[in-house]
Amino acid sequence: MGLFDLGAGMTLAAGMKMPGIDEFLPQPLLFAGTPFAITRITLIRLIMTAIILIVLGITAHRATLIPGRWQGFVEYGMDFVREQIAVPALGESRADRYTGNLTMIFFVIFLFNLCEVIPGFDMPATAAIACPLVFAIWSVISYVGAGIRTRGLGGFLKEELFPSGVPWPIYIILAPINLLEVFIVRPFSLTVRLFANMIAGHLILAVCYAGTQFLLLSAQPRALAGASILTLAGGLAMTLFEIFVGGLQAYIFAVLTANYIALSTPETVSGDAPEQVDKRAERSAQVAGNARQAALATA
Amino acid sequence: MGIVTLAAISGDIKFIGYGIAVLGPAIAEGLIASKALESTARQPEAGGHLQTVMLIALAFVEVIALLSFVLALM
Repeated sequence: MGLFDLGAGMTLAAGMKMPGIDEFLPQPLLFAGTPFAITRITLIRLIMTAIILIVLGITAHRATLIPGRWQGFVEYGMDFVREQIAVPALGESRADRYTGNLTMIFFVIFLFNLCEVIPGFDMPATAAIACPLVFAIWSVISYVGAGIRTRGLGGFLKEELFPSGVPWPIYIILAPINLLEVFIVRPFSLTVRLFANMIAGHLILAVCYAGTQFLLLSAQPRALAGASILTLAGGLAMTLFEIFVGGLQAYIFAVLTANYIALSTPETVSGDAPEQVDKRAERSAQVAGNARQAALATA
Repeated sequence: MGIVTLAAISGDIKFIGYGIAVLGPAIAEGLIASKALESTARQPEAGGHLQTVMLIALAFVEVIALLSFVLALM
């Protein structure tokens, strides 16, 4: 026993198994050694995907004109994506084309995140980098595809890399920055945001519950067992917070994707921009005025 | 008699680095939230739009903090 040994505090730290980064690198369950190795996290993903497909498929199959309680709930979620994510970013005229895609992104990410707090799963399916990466690549495909469809490949690249209204020497710096921004920075930040949020959330929950178990069952002196109430309360509060974070991350992922799509498809292309309508009205008024003047002159 | 070690701390200095690194994003997130609140108080009818913009800005700032989190774990 050293002079600076803190007694109970030291044994507490030494005896407890802290959850670490190994949690996210589980042993493969099936097909070990092949690229198709299925770990616990992959299995959670597969099960959750099956649940989403079956539940939404049955809901869509049984859809009636007057929605029941469950159908109303699902429709509320679909409506939320359209009204809160697609329309504010893209506007009424363009929203419908991309609402399905955004709905998929929002729902799947939210339900994958929710696996974190579902008993039995206890691990967000988005907590291994592959899953957020696939979603981010899908987001890139969405907004690059949207840009190519509205302006063509050349037009899209020209307007993304060489935005107008800039003196030409600036393009030497601006074009590489924009290229990095569109193809590297956006998907990378989408990936890291989702991935790191879910890892941090899972670690917080795991520390809370591991601490509760340790304090309650094996802490010395036994008087410390009472402190497990605090860690348990903290764990339950963080569980609720993690549900909120899971929803928020799915929302942010979908909102950012919608905004990127909006950036790569300028509204003027679809023909409903307010300025264009104003200009057209102005021009027709001008034409009418000219006609009136011509009529007066001939008279 | 050589140097006497009175107390030792074991662990990783990178977690202290993480703590320092998140000071900036923490201040930035506070500023974003306070400005959004202030703007909503000035113009309550713009509240919904401001909230969306605030969340997007928070997401951008959050990436900086999360990058250091990932680096600390690596």
